[in-house]
Amino acid sequence: MSKPSKSPWVIHYDASSCNGCDIEVLSALTPGFDLERFGVINTGDPKHADVFLVTGGVNTQNISVIQQIYDQMLEPKVVIACGACACSGGVFHSCYNLIGGVDKAIPVDVYVPGCAVHPTQLIDGFIKGLEILDKKAALMSSKKKNKQISQSSGVQAIPSPEAAEHKENSLNQETPVQKEETKRGA
Amino acid sequence: MGKRSVIPFGPQHPVLPEPVHLDLAVEDEKVVKAIPQIGFIHRGLEKLTETHDYQNYVYVAERICGICSFGHSLGYCETIEQMMDVDVPMRAQKIRVMLHEISRIQSHLLWLGLTADAFGFESLFMHVWRLRENVLDIFEMTTGGRVILSINKVGGLVRDISDDVLSQVESKLVSLKDEYQQIEKTFLSNSSVKSRTVGVGVISHDQAENLGMVGPFARASHVNNDVRCLGIGGYRLLSDFVPILDTTGDCYGRIRVRCKEVVQSIDIALEMIRSLSSGSVSVDVKGPIPDGAQAVNLLEQPRGECFYYSLGNGTQYLERMRMRTPSSENLAGMVAALQGCDLADVNMIILTIDPCISCTER
Ligand code: SF4
Repeated sequence: MSKPSKSPWVIHYDASSCNGCDIEVLSALTPGFDLERFGVINTGDPKHADVFLVTGGVNTQNISVIQQIYDQMLEPKVVIACGACACSGGVFHSCYNLIGGVDKAIPVDVYVPGCAVHPTQLIDGFIKGLEILDKKAALMSSKKKNKQISQSSGVQAIPSPEAAEHKENSLNQETPVQKEETKRGA
Repeated sequence: MGKRSVIPFGPQHPVLPEPVHLDLAVEDEKVVKAIPQIGFIHRGLEKLTETHDYQNYVYVAERICGICSFGHSLGYCETIEQMMDVDVPMRAQKIRVMLHEISRIQSHLLWLGLTADAFGFESLFMHVWRLRENVLDIFEMTTGGRVILSINKVGGLVRDISDDVLSQVESKLVSLKDEYQQIEKTFLSNSSVKSRTVGVGVISHDQAENLGMVGPFARASHVNNDVRCLGIGGYRLLSDFVPILDTTGDCYGRIRVRCKEVVQSIDIALEMIRSLSSGSVSVDVKGPIPDGAQAVNLLEQPRGECFYYSLGNGTQYLERMRMRTPSSENLAGMVAALQGCDLADVNMIILTIDPCISCTER
């Protein structure tokens, strides 16, 4: 890959893992493997993080926690599922309290297998994740540029807030029957 | 007195490697009550005995917790061996004790690092984890795994460790001891470490006994509950074993107990390597477990006493497998230690108890 365009910060959450993958994630960040040399910093705040490392599968109690952390992260963001459990449920796939891999809760970009995941595998997966992060960032900025161009040239590719408001007003003026229909359609 | 308010703590929190949720009722800066809520990593492993036969369940048992992974597979295998009257060869028993003690070193180093991180001593954290990598190298050399070792089976070990590798392990342990003792000095005599830990989260001897606390947490309050003293399994082979106790009962005491236990574990592992005799490392165990056979086993995990109970039903599958893990017993002590502490000390206290939530919830 080319050079990463920024220092990616990570947030780590332990879903229902056995801890094995957690400590390997930490090992990858500490001397020995030292992901920090790529500018990676482990942060506790979802709003600062670019990469979400999840270990372990999803159960009924932590699914909302995972979704909440994911929602709090700003775009662009990448989710890496670390370990067999996070990919598919692993050895615990038949447990009564396990829903499955992390992709049952949030979209996952990179799957890193292994039980427990080896830090070198993790670094490999991480670099793949950074590529995706860069792509997502490029897509976002090109969208933004498009918007700016279209606004300045008067062509509306993406509806502006005023247009949306206008649409809403016209909806409000519809007859009650029509409203019912639109509701049902939605 | 100030207004009472509730601060949620966790499940996702920078100091917590594992999810546990606490509702902290605070008045001004003092915690008046802590209410733990668990269940974020519950998987239901005891029920897996219905779908995994007793030979395969070893691999589930060691995934109860990644930090004490070897301990759980050892405890489980010993329980089944008791039920089936299996005599494990001497060499296997000694290697088991050696690996279990090295696991303890690994676990305590991990914990010391996280503690250093909790009181904001980042470079100490990194140094301890650098040392820990050497211990993981020993695992990789001897078993092939770094965290999940998968070397135990019912009846002994899956494979032998050659004498050549063992002598390398020995020299690694000796050099580890030297390096470790420098770091230990920082933990025990650095003034900034002391200012964060001395007199914080004190648990008295009586409290520790009444709350039924286990492991280094209780030993810091001078309660001797080290199961290794009972000489169960391979531990009867130890020449002399003196548990490490402390009288202070505060966070500093807990750090001191664990610091000394690392050196003690290195010594035990070295003793085991030096007294190894050649021979086979496993016996074949076949056939179903007798109907109604029961066994109870105790094992000193890095976090304290772990209790195993199993019941057979005449098939390859166990009727019941029960583990009572140290961290679940220490939760009551944790709540007691949190009562009346400063809000800023909460993460310090939670860490010094060394909760292992994966074990607790299984
Ligand atoms: S993949 Fe294996 S080591 Fe990782 S959390 Fe799952 S069981 Fe534990």
